[in-house]
Amino acid sequence: MAQPQMRRAIESGVPDNQQYLHPLLKKNYGNWKYHDRPRPGVLHHVAHGGDQVWTVRAGTQRQMDVFTIRRLCDIADQYAEGHVRFTIRSNIEFMLSSEAKVAPLIAELEKSGFPVGGTGNSVSMIAHTQGWLHCDIPGTDASGAVKALMDELIDEFRKEEMPNRVHLSTSCCEINCGGQADIAIIIQHTKPPKINHDLVANVCERPAVVARCPVAAIRPALVNGKPSLEVDEKKCICCGACYPPCPPMQINDPEHSKFAIWVGGKNSNARAKPTFMKMVAAGIPNNPPRWPEVSEVVKRILYVYKDDARPWERLSDWVERIGWPRFFEKTDLPFTKYLIDDWRGARANLNASTHIRF
Amino acid sequence: MAKDMHKTPMLDALETGPWPSFVTGLKRLAKDKDYVVDLLGQLEHSYETRKGYWKGGTVGVFGYGGGVIPRFTEAKDESGKPMFPAAAEFHTLRVMPPAGMHYNTDVLRKLADVWEQHGSGLIAFHGQSGDIMFQGATSENVQPAFDAINELGFDLGGAGPAVRTSMSCVGAARCEQSCYDEARAHRAVINSFLDDIHRPSLPYKFKFKFSGCPNDCMNSIQRADMAVIGTWRDNIRTDATLAKKWFVKHGMNELVNDVIARCPTKAIQLKEVKDLKAGASVSTVAVSDTHGIEIENRDCVRCMHCINVMTGALAPGKDKGATVLVGGKRTLKIGDLMGTVVVPFMKLETEEDRDKLVELGQKIIDFFAENALEHERTGEMIERIGIVNFLEALEIPIDANMVSQPRTNPYVRMDGWDEEVAKIKAAKQVA
Repeated sequence: MAQPQMRRAIESGVPDNQQYLHPLLKKNYGNWKYHDRPRPGVLHHVAHGGDQVWTVRAGTQRQMDVFTIRRLCDIADQYAEGHVRFTIRSNIEFMLSSEAKVAPLIAELEKSGFPVGGTGNSVSMIAHTQGWLHCDIPGTDASGAVKALMDELIDEFRKEEMPNRVHLSTSCCEINCGGQADIAIIIQHTKPPKINHDLVANVCERPAVVARCPVAAIRPALVNGKPSLEVDEKKCICCGACYPPCPPMQINDPEHSKFAIWVGGKNSNARAKPTFMKMVAAGIPNNPPRWPEVSEVVKRILYVYKDDARPWERLSDWVERIGWPRFFEKTDLPFTKYLIDDWRGARANLNASTHIRF
Repeated sequence: MAKDMHKTPMLDALETGPWPSFVTGLKRLAKDKDYVVDLLGQLEHSYETRKGYWKGGTVGVFGYGGGVIPRFTEAKDESGKPMFPAAAEFHTLRVMPPAGMHYNTDVLRKLADVWEQHGSGLIAFHGQSGDIMFQGATSENVQPAFDAINELGFDLGGAGPAVRTSMSCVGAARCEQSCYDEARAHRAVINSFLDDIHRPSLPYKFKFKFSGCPNDCMNSIQRADMAVIGTWRDNIRTDATLAKKWFVKHGMNELVNDVIARCPTKAIQLKEVKDLKAGASVSTVAVSDTHGIEIENRDCVRCMHCINVMTGALAPGKDKGATVLVGGKRTLKIGDLMGTVVVPFMKLETEEDRDKLVELGQKIIDFFAENALEHERTGEMIERIGIVNFLEALEIPIDANMVSQPRTNPYVRMDGWDEEVAKIKAAKQVA
């Protein structure tokens, strides 16, 4: 029998966004003068020609069922001339041509379960990954951990009472797909991979796995007469880099895969140059469905920052002023030897000065 | 729904609390789809055992080598049969969003209809690379789902060792800080590399990201192999009306402590109005009848802080364009790398300007394809071979804006010094 004719893809690439822009955004494209924020969750943009647009921002669950999407579309049709956009942190934005629609839209969103906020100096929605729902190498879940934490931080999402904006991220393995953040929550494995030697030869391209290890701890070996791999467990840093190319090297461990908390990542160039985040806590258990131990540490750091930082200090700016010893003192987190960098370039992270705050 | 719901006490705990719950959404889908009943079953099983149960494989659409993330269940009973058979295949389609992630409800509803018909009904807006993630389709349904999405004007994004889906900020569509047409640059670049997106054949992934100003809302400096970040060369613009309005609301303490003192290069000074001085590189604006600020733009590093705080009163200049940085990435394998400056400034106003950006991207990708080791990102390659070798191969002139400081050690062969000096002098005379 002849093969059915397959449809050829239209290799159209990125769609032109002009067809989707709100009419006022299209009209004033590239011609905005300034904006202000009449209240948390609302942006008010003014164009050089005098046109004004109000944007209402609301939180979503990111992984949305079609019924949620249609509900948001109904709301957009009613209030926002049928246009929306999403932010990088999975918030949805409705653009309004009239200020009079702002309050009714907010009421409608809140009634429908979408919290309004995430603007200005607030805690915005957590950038996150896939986790157990879809990833092939996750040490934990993402959507669930985010839901649990946002339940606790929703007031800070709705208000603009932080010193500066606070970006959070979660990541289900050390690859850190969630990205840099003011406070990041990332799985940290603490035991070397457990190898299923029966499967390695069939599943893994062994030289590629050997090459993947950042500390050259993996070598080819014959185990029980079968070609496999072995790990020098003294050298192994438990990063999990070998696991994606070789799933029989199981790195996830329900008990020993823990959480670490990182702080002070910032991509913006505002004030100081962009900074990487630093690990400040570890050994936190992976405890679904609501991960209370993680929330406790995150909230502790967040509220010390909120109380102690000066206006416009991002978390990294705040620590730059008060110093790391005081950060650990104020947050009551233990500074252990494991937090002293020994990876390449580590000397740049030592204090080569007598700059010490007493 | 033919199938009874599995007991999901752990997931049920995620239906409490005020934040929108994806579990409630999944349960709504499960009313019509056994597929989602079993998905919830497997997810609950993950919560109980604290382990993931998906493995990859090979699933794609006709003519493309990437863009679909295959997932087959590993949750099996003793006899090797799937514990949650209806959800044994749960593939994701990565679909590229429009620049700035703008939609109308018509197209969103159509996309939702496609996914209700062919998939699980679960869509993520958006994944960390910017894709719309259509999560959960059987192997059989991947092609018809893609065909329908493709007919709506959308196309698959990247996966594996390929050019990846890109993101750009809201930008010119609704932001006064926009320094170039992010959406057009985004589309011009990405749509020039569709073959490298759809048919993965690079050493590893390659990401572009587009931010309209140095606030870098797309996190491009750390998340992109090639980051295009808007900036400007001339003076910060000022607006006396908005400056006075700001000052009335915020006062002198905030002006001094939150604006002037936070300038990273001390380019801003507070002065009495009578002492404000004009000059070709100076921006001044009075905030009251007695006081004003004076900005020496030659010292300004375009960090955005003062403009963020006094939006409208201060604004980016008019001679706009972008800085291009190369090599950003997260940890694996050598440690985190920020992108570093490769082109301090380029205009991005005309088609020709955008062609130059595409050309630069092409040269970098070609060099990456030729020279990177397997599974090595651009930043790691540059770290291994040295930025000078990279720049010379790309014929990009050396510029002191590329370093935070000159070298601090003498360990370098310098017998070409005189020749380099002569070259620079000759180039200066031509210019």
